[in-house]
Amino acid sequence: MGLKKMLFIPLIAVLLAIVGVTRSMPQLMDVRYLLDSSTLYVETGLLALGMTLVIISGNIDLSVGSNLVLTACLVAKLFERGWSISLVLVAACLLGTSFGALNGIMVAKFRLPSFLVTLGTMALYRGAAQAALGPASIKLPGGFKGIDQARLFGLPWPVLIFFALAIGFAYLLHRTFLGRWIFSVGSNERASVYSGVPTDRVKISVFAITGLMAGIGALLLDSRLGVARYDVARGIELDSITIAVLGGTAIQGGKGTVLGTVSALALVAFAKTAMGVANVKAEYQLTAMGLLLVLAVLLTNLAGKFSARAIA
Amino acid sequence: MKRIAKLFAPTAALLVCFAGCNKEESQPSPPAQPAKGVKTKIVFIPKNTGNPYFNQVAKGFEEAAQALNIEYDTQAPATADATSQISVIKDQVQRGVDVIVLSANSPDALNETLDQARKKGVVVITVDSDLTGNESHRDVGVLPTDFSKIGLAQIDLLGKLIDYEGEFAILSATTDAPNQNAWIAGMKDALKNPRFVKMKLVEIAYGDDEPQKSSTETEGLLTKHANLRGIISPTSVGLAAAAQVLENTGVYAGGPKAKGKGIVLTGLSTPSQMKKAVEKGVVASFQLWNPADMGAIAAHLAVKMRADKLTFKPGDSLEIPGHGTITVGDKNIVIAGSLITFDKSNIGKFDF
Repeated sequence: MGLKKMLFIPLIAVLLAIVGVTRSMPQLMDVRYLLDSSTLYVETGLLALGMTLVIISGNIDLSVGSNLVLTACLVAKLFERGWSISLVLVAACLLGTSFGALNGIMVAKFRLPSFLVTLGTMALYRGAAQAALGPASIKLPGGFKGIDQARLFGLPWPVLIFFALAIGFAYLLHRTFLGRWIFSVGSNERASVYSGVPTDRVKISVFAITGLMAGIGALLLDSRLGVARYDVARGIELDSITIAVLGGTAIQGGKGTVLGTVSALALVAFAKTAMGVANVKAEYQLTAMGLLLVLAVLLTNLAGKFSARAIA
Repeated sequence: MKRIAKLFAPTAALLVCFAGCNKEESQPSPPAQPAKGVKTKIVFIPKNTGNPYFNQVAKGFEEAAQALNIEYDTQAPATADATSQISVIKDQVQRGVDVIVLSANSPDALNETLDQARKKGVVVITVDSDLTGNESHRDVGVLPTDFSKIGLAQIDLLGKLIDYEGEFAILSATTDAPNQNAWIAGMKDALKNPRFVKMKLVEIAYGDDEPQKSSTETEGLLTKHANLRGIISPTSVGLAAAAQVLENTGVYAGGPKAKGKGIVLTGLSTPSQMKKAVEKGVVASFQLWNPADMGAIAAHLAVKMRADKLTFKPGDSLEIPGHGTITVGDKNIVIAGSLITFDKSNIGKFDF
């Protein structure tokens, strides 16, 4: 149980930070603003949810950002051809899922390391996006724009979508067979094969689900920016890996929780927003975020060692 | 079920916390109402941090801030990605700035964010890098200099250095660089003027803005044209590479191996990049606009638009102390200043 509790470290840090910092900064105590700023992190958060599954299964997906951008560009192309919004929504989900599944198929069926496969598709998808659009950009139709400004019960739509999906992910990972299999493949693949876990299907599923998140993220990004470009969302794949790891997902696989990832996202989003309003210069912001990551990794791992000793 | 509840209790707590904050905040921060005597809050958002060119723009702001009633600050994203300025803009609006001065990293990825800022009453001015094709998403754009006059200015500068007589070549960047081609067209146009009738353009070489290729192209120009008197390189990479070649071969005007009067090199670059070449005498003089002009003019425009509540449209003109009369052009574009010619006498005064 010690380990479970440690995963709450990021969460406790968020709560302390929110309480502490908002008291001292009146400009930050504006919930409308906090919610508006949080919409900037939803795409990263969706990818981080998928990344949590991928990393727990003992893999990595470097291509998620490129998948998101390629899907975002293709979405704009479909709008240009006169497709309706509902059709495009379905198409984006299918496109993202298939780009993700392609990674999974190569990893599972051809027994290739996911790092190499997705390093390749990272360049491939980003390149395809650039080939499709070039340096120009496509403006999106008015009815599709501005989901980040639309609200339901006072909450921005992207934030609601994120929480709904996070609950779905938590259920999938912690309450279903597939979830148990993902942990099993990530802890000991050979043992999983012998105990009858369909390891290939598990791997293809985690990559496909991550692809679906990239597809949904593409729609949110397009709607938020109002234009589609190939050069947006750079580095988002590393951000999503960072958040998954910060949330306690073990990079070797086999360990992790959705709640940890959600808390880490909240912490990062809040810390960046607070530093932005406090006018902290970009270089110090980077340093602070790096420090936060190192501390979190140290704390989680050291605490893990101590509790393991205590159990032994 | 108990465990699910346990898992989501903290999430719920987080939401409750957000909701709790809600009560303390009764209305969104009101857009600042400018009144007489209240300082105009300006933030300058360059493309990224640590860029000496933008430090010079910032210098213009700082100097203007002493004369004007403004509170000036600058905040940049760490990288010049298309969307990296979005969170900076949102944070600055929340901080309550009146005017955002932006050197845009993308001509259109910021459209929605800027619209939201302007809806809250924030004035948006672009400097150096405009929202080309999306000018309606900002109030005024300040550009460094009149690009249509650069060609003539460069030919005139070379002419002065070679007594308006002799063969010369151009060392450009890539064949499809829009600014370069516009400036070269301007140079060719200028050569039709009888003043330059004895100057002859013999070749246009392309160094692709790569130091190595630019050097090779320069060496090629020197061997191919025995009577070459001058080279114009309107790009900082090309100018630096050509200066290095002239220094190594010693054929520059006044150099140890100069044939006849030697080769005169000029072009466009920043003073810091050319300082050594000028001090050694390899390059006599070159030109560039002063980025500080844009900062000064943007600061004055900001005060006019915010404190004095003026709006500008094409054709308007206004007096800016130290910068003369400025006219607002097509698409609300303002030209900040003219080219500066740098040489031994003044290069020490600039640090960009």
